[in-house]
Amino acid sequence: MIHLTINGKPARFDGDPDMPLLWYLRDELALTGTKFGCGMGLCGTCTVHVNGEAARSCLTPMRAVAGKNITTIEGLSPAGEHPLQKAWEACNVPQCGYCQSGQIMQAAALLKSKPHPTDHDIDSEMQGNICRCGTYQRIRRAIKMAAGVEA
Amino acid sequence: MTPVISNVSRRGFLGQMFSAGALVLAAPLVPAAKADAVWQPNVYLGIEPDGTVKIVAHRSEMGTGCRTGLPMIVADELEADWARVKVIQALGDPKYGSQDTDGSCSVRDFYDILRTAGATARTMLENAAAAKWGVPESECHGKNHFVAHDNGDRKLAYGELAGAAATAKVPDKSAVRYKTPDQFRYIGKPIPIVDLKPIVTGRATFGTDARMPGMVYAAIERPPVMGATIKTCDDAAAKQVKGVEQVVMLDLAKPPYGFKALGGVAVIANNSWTALQGRKKLKVAWDAGENGAFDSAAYKQQMIDTARKPGRVARELGNVDTEFAKGGKTLEASYYTPMLAHASMEPVAAVAEFKNGQVVTWTCTQDPQAVQDTVARAVGIKKEDVECHVTLLGGGFGRKSKPDYVAEAALLSKQVGKPVKVVWSREDDVHFDYFHSPAALYMKAAVDDRGRPTAWLQRSVFPPIAMQGNPNEEYGGFQLSMGWTDIPYPIPNLRVENGPAKAHVRIGWLRSVSNIYHAFGVQTFTDELAAAAGRDRVEYLLELIGDPRVIDFGKEGEKGARSDPKFPFDTARLRNVIELAARNSGWANKKAAPGRALGIAAHRSFLTYVAAVADVEVHNGHIRIPRVDIAVDPGRVINPDRVKSQFEGAAVFGTSIALMGEITAAHGRIQQSNFDLYPVARINEAPVETHVHIVESDAPPAGVGEPGVPPIAPAICNAIFAATGKRIRELPIKGQLS
Repeated sequence: MIHLTINGKPARFDGDPDMPLLWYLRDELALTGTKFGCGMGLCGTCTVHVNGEAARSCLTPMRAVAGKNITTIEGLSPAGEHPLQKAWEACNVPQCGYCQSGQIMQAAALLKSKPHPTDHDIDSEMQGNICRCGTYQRIRRAIKMAAGVEA
Repeated sequence: MTPVISNVSRRGFLGQMFSAGALVLAAPLVPAAKADAVWQPNVYLGIEPDGTVKIVAHRSEMGTGCRTGLPMIVADELEADWARVKVIQALGDPKYGSQDTDGSCSVRDFYDILRTAGATARTMLENAAAAKWGVPESECHGKNHFVAHDNGDRKLAYGELAGAAATAKVPDKSAVRYKTPDQFRYIGKPIPIVDLKPIVTGRATFGTDARMPGMVYAAIERPPVMGATIKTCDDAAAKQVKGVEQVVMLDLAKPPYGFKALGGVAVIANNSWTALQGRKKLKVAWDAGENGAFDSAAYKQQMIDTARKPGRVARELGNVDTEFAKGGKTLEASYYTPMLAHASMEPVAAVAEFKNGQVVTWTCTQDPQAVQDTVARAVGIKKEDVECHVTLLGGGFGRKSKPDYVAEAALLSKQVGKPVKVVWSREDDVHFDYFHSPAALYMKAAVDDRGRPTAWLQRSVFPPIAMQGNPNEEYGGFQLSMGWTDIPYPIPNLRVENGPAKAHVRIGWLRSVSNIYHAFGVQTFTDELAAAAGRDRVEYLLELIGDPRVIDFGKEGEKGARSDPKFPFDTARLRNVIELAARNSGWANKKAAPGRALGIAAHRSFLTYVAAVADVEVHNGHIRIPRVDIAVDPGRVINPDRVKSQFEGAAVFGTSIALMGEITAAHGRIQQSNFDLYPVARINEAPVETHVHIVESDAPPAGVGEPGVPPIAPAICNAIFAATGKRIRELPIKGQLS
């Protein structure tokens, strides 16, 4: 039995410990804000925080998250008012919206480590997150807005 | 004139959507072009007694913003308070007219009727208020959810008037009071999409997120080559995976493939992961069949060769052969663009339950009526017994118009006796796409002593979309009107041809379809002629388009030309976007330098005029795009921020096509599988800034979702030529500059 914390609440899992966290969140807990995009850590749509750090849940086996604190997009901010979520709304970032949970979770990790990111920081930190609709320039703008740096 | 809107407030079938006492109007959503279709009540607009306005969105939301834009049109004419509008997603149902959300036509086809629906409802509310107050109707005006009397002493909320209006007769169209464009409250204003908050909080429901009680999960091993058959199948190891419930055979599709489920071997399990794991343990040996000989490299050469031989003539003016035979200067070039996959971030997905001869499905589809058709045929029931709920789509780009995946879920549910969710991996999504066709193009021009063409021949070769219905079809058909026969240059000797190519994989439409390769050929060759003449590219392009005119393609040699009087090809608008893009990019003052230059391309598609200027840096073979300027004239704009976002996105989509997108096949099998081998542009590869310049226009609204894509790749490649002298004639660019 694996015990862990999801969005501040205790949770447990007794299935295949090799199963990636992504499928536990989506299929067992119905926390579907975390998306499947590639299954290989190539696209970033499944990004969550494990003990505060961005991780690709599609590559993170359940055995690796025993005792860990997991934050998903649903738990990033109780009212959905994280500065990035507000900036995302202000900049009308999403088109289809599918990749945006992962983008926001990755950006939240970026701002934790670099509260005032440069363009270069944003490019290097966000290049693992694909947006096929092509919302990148608004993502950049929204990150800067949330960080309070000049856009 | 009889009303086109009907009052259906008292009809029992509305019970689930609206409460008793609501004013509910139906409008025929069949576009004017299909006006001869049998009239039936279609879209619903309802005003509840509590004042809530419910507007049905009958098209699919895949990122274009139409789920917001279409209701905005209704709400504007209705003078509804947007904060009190609730958008309801329609089920698949022919009563809505076409729900096939492709071809960039949601606003184009429904703008007029949605305005009429909103204006009719407001007129009825105004009339109800007038009757109550005993004053002339002309003195009552609906504004922001209230009807007020002109003398200013009284007003009634829409909700209070709904009941009275619900019993009234719908006014004749001539008695409906429309707003004038200067009175528009929402049309032309940047309104956030209705799903914004759910998306940024992870609470929006996409196709992959849909659940049904008691559902099981399926992963399917499909024929790796189109038409392959099963020699042997050993499912023993798969069945031993803990959580795998059963292994089920699905009949293999036979041509024509249409939207049919491909068939194969399905592993049914208690969650997605287990289904995928079980599937990996299947041992299936396939007989590849005749398409096992398909090799995309050989096929490419064959297509390039075909393009150099005479083909079918689709448009002819004068005589190019006579002109070429005169012995003057000629230029010719061959171009090639590869197969592409859609690669939406959300792979296709569906959950379906077959029960008592009926199917209920939740799915990310661009076309819920095609779902009804396809599922009904697959499981042998009537179309009306398929209830299709449309979720948000995590991208579509044309792939999700083809509901093979929904048929899979329904077929499996019928066999298993439970709701089934079909899980497509990324590899499945790439391998079993309906691919954008590869294309070979051949261009030849005779030029005068100033480098202007006196004769122009262009020939395209590509396996057609029509293969879906007829696997032996080799000619382009309707696809030739997408940027090929509608070339707008007034050249006295002009011939447009198409050569044959047989499909060996499923071919489908991808965002802007044939315009991608046709624009690449025409706009690159134009740039080649300009370069050969030593001319400024913008000046040359404008000169080729010539004096402003409205083109009658039938009179200019197009076979079977169909003119659309509502949307004539007006070259003044094309010239205008070229000038606008050039001006905003600083074209006149930015001369090409080694390693950095601007490139331009212009193209009209989906009735919208677009020009793009790409600012491209090339350094040690590495390409960077600091800026793209796109000028666009799409006619009247409903939601300018969403129009901007579509063109920003198109610049990225076009960059993927130019730089990296390529699907290949060997022995009939697709060689790419995930984003490592089929890369798409990332934040550090996309244009850094895309500036969208929208022409203000009151012309009828035209397409927005697709027309931004075609000019991007040629604009980038033309910039690369200006910066490096290297002419890109094949896509993707990949390592061609290193």
